[in-house]
Amino acid sequence: MDITVNILLTIATAATPLLIAAIGELVVERSGVLNLGVEGMMIMGAVGGFGAGYLTGSPWIGLLAAIVMGALFSLLFAVMTLSLATNQVATGLSLTLLGLGLSGMIGTSFVGQPGVRLPNLDIPGLSSIPVLGKLLFGQDPVFYISIALTAAVMWFLFKTRTGLTLRSIGDSHTSAHALGIKVIRYRYLAVIFGGACAGLAGGHLSLVYTPQWVENMSAGRGWIALALVVFASWRPWRVLAGAYIFGAVWIGQLHAQAFGIPVPSQMLSSLPYLATVVVLVLISRNKRLTMMNTPASLGQPFVPDR
Amino acid sequence: MMRLELVKRPQRSALFSMLSPFIAFALTIIAGAVLFALLGVNPLNAFKIYFIEPISQVWQLHELAIKAAPLILIAVGLSVCYKANIWNIGAEGQFIFGAIFGSIIPVLFPQFEGPLVLPLMLLLGMVGGAAYAAIPALLKTRFNTNEILTSLMLVYVAQLFLDWLVRGPWRDPQGHGFPQTIQFSDSATLPELMPDAGRANWGFVFALVAAVLIWILMGRMLKGFEVRVLGSSPRAGRFAGFGLNRMVFFAFLLSGALAGLAGISEVSGAIGQLQPVISPGYGFTAIIVAFLGRLNPLGIIAAGLVLALTYLGGEAVQSALGISDKVARVFQGMLLFFVLGCDTFIHYRIRLIGLALTKPDGAAKLEAAPKLKEAR
Repeated sequence: MDITVNILLTIATAATPLLIAAIGELVVERSGVLNLGVEGMMIMGAVGGFGAGYLTGSPWIGLLAAIVMGALFSLLFAVMTLSLATNQVATGLSLTLLGLGLSGMIGTSFVGQPGVRLPNLDIPGLSSIPVLGKLLFGQDPVFYISIALTAAVMWFLFKTRTGLTLRSIGDSHTSAHALGIKVIRYRYLAVIFGGACAGLAGGHLSLVYTPQWVENMSAGRGWIALALVVFASWRPWRVLAGAYIFGAVWIGQLHAQAFGIPVPSQMLSSLPYLATVVVLVLISRNKRLTMMNTPASLGQPFVPDR
Repeated sequence: MMRLELVKRPQRSALFSMLSPFIAFALTIIAGAVLFALLGVNPLNAFKIYFIEPISQVWQLHELAIKAAPLILIAVGLSVCYKANIWNIGAEGQFIFGAIFGSIIPVLFPQFEGPLVLPLMLLLGMVGGAAYAAIPALLKTRFNTNEILTSLMLVYVAQLFLDWLVRGPWRDPQGHGFPQTIQFSDSATLPELMPDAGRANWGFVFALVAAVLIWILMGRMLKGFEVRVLGSSPRAGRFAGFGLNRMVFFAFLLSGALAGLAGISEVSGAIGQLQPVISPGYGFTAIIVAFLGRLNPLGIIAAGLVLALTYLGGEAVQSALGISDKVARVFQGMLLFFVLGCDTFIHYRIRLIGLALTKPDGAAKLEAAPKLKEAR
């Protein structure tokens, strides 16, 4: 029983950064912007979070720094693609390349330093209930944030007027603009929200998942988050499901390596990436479904015609 | 509140089209100066070490050519993809598979020697890169799967596969347990161009030849026209009878083969054996090279040399000033950002709105107004 609980807990920890980053990107893509810089924003959040936590000794300040770092870094993307109408694919890629380089440079002195870890929630009484106590009341704070964030984004996108406006911009920025909606302003806010989420996800990596700084520690999670959004056909609850499936794959291969299954460890390590490809194929082979769900103006630059 | 406003130019500016890579480079230098100052280093001194000292002697120029060769080879292939609006970003993986396929002969059949070995290896390298690139192409055409994500995911898979090979079945039994294959024999080694002067090998020649061939293809042949039409307007391409699916395969196979050629050239030339890591991110840096070269093969040659210099400079400042060589990646990233930003000025004029509301440039307005009317 204890082992099952522990495995479920580690799956949740592995799924949380994927979920947060993907939820952020979902909002960005719903507004019609494709930001391929998730990996870069995530790693910047991770290095910022670790650095602030290490220097101040407070993991909470670290977490805040991770969010701010991700948001600031995404602002760079926003200025380029929204104000200067650059190609979103190329700009997103360059955001990732710059983030990987910059984080490596900033983090040089952090390598091998002990980090600080966000403490798990501990509610006297509740957290010690067998089985459910640990799962519901004993996890790290970011886990609860991730669940709340998913619910909030679901409510925002589908139950509020602003959410409807955001979705309409994603489907047709020209019509939205003609209706007097401030397309660029909405998109700025969406991109910055996505950046903050990616930063938070990175902070989770360096403050909860493995409380230390390792270069390239995001290890493609930002890209998997991007794939999750496609997999989920731009729906928050499906992102939640997808993130946990991927968390399970990630943890499963780690456990398989630890048990010494006679399969090369590299093959097991490549499972999450192969699973991403397989899942993308399965979801995209239904062309009509994909066409219906994809925000229609995704990735297209918008220059208001005055 | 101040606000930027883009005003579409009546036609693309030839001036900015030419100048933008240079402006971008100048802006990178300025930003780099700020960066060095923040790190507590005298920028002028740092720039001297970064950009001048690494190319002040003949043998160093050879090192530059070694670094530039894979960048140019990969980038000219990518430029065809990007012109066709097809996003292959997994060149790093295709580079690795080219290296693996090409190494089959020297690793598994080391007794096979002679003048045939090298051409066969290069051919196998191209086949390996192209085959690996065919996966995202097949998935895109058959299942409509986004090629950006699949080609990128396959990079991680390729890196892990290479790691397994050199630690497992392909490890040199006499290698004292080091994760590497046997040293390639002389007939499996890419010869140096001028052994007396430096290490540069035939890889650089391949890069130049590939760039010129692709330049001819894109500028002088129907296929190049097809690439450009499908890239700028798939609908128009369909009416002209150009197949989009065929183009996806063409672009991926071509760029994959060139990346594979770069991979086997690097392994049989500069390295001499397979190791767990054979590339300092050439496949990703080549994306920057492609854009800095304005997706033009001849521009890419120049851009490849510039980006190769950022690698050498990064190593130089690390040993001379104790700054992390990651500074090279930062330079590369900034360069791409500025290039993309400067490209905006080719198609748009920028106006500041808000504080400047009182007096927009009257002359420019007068000039633009009648043209706007025509356009409507």
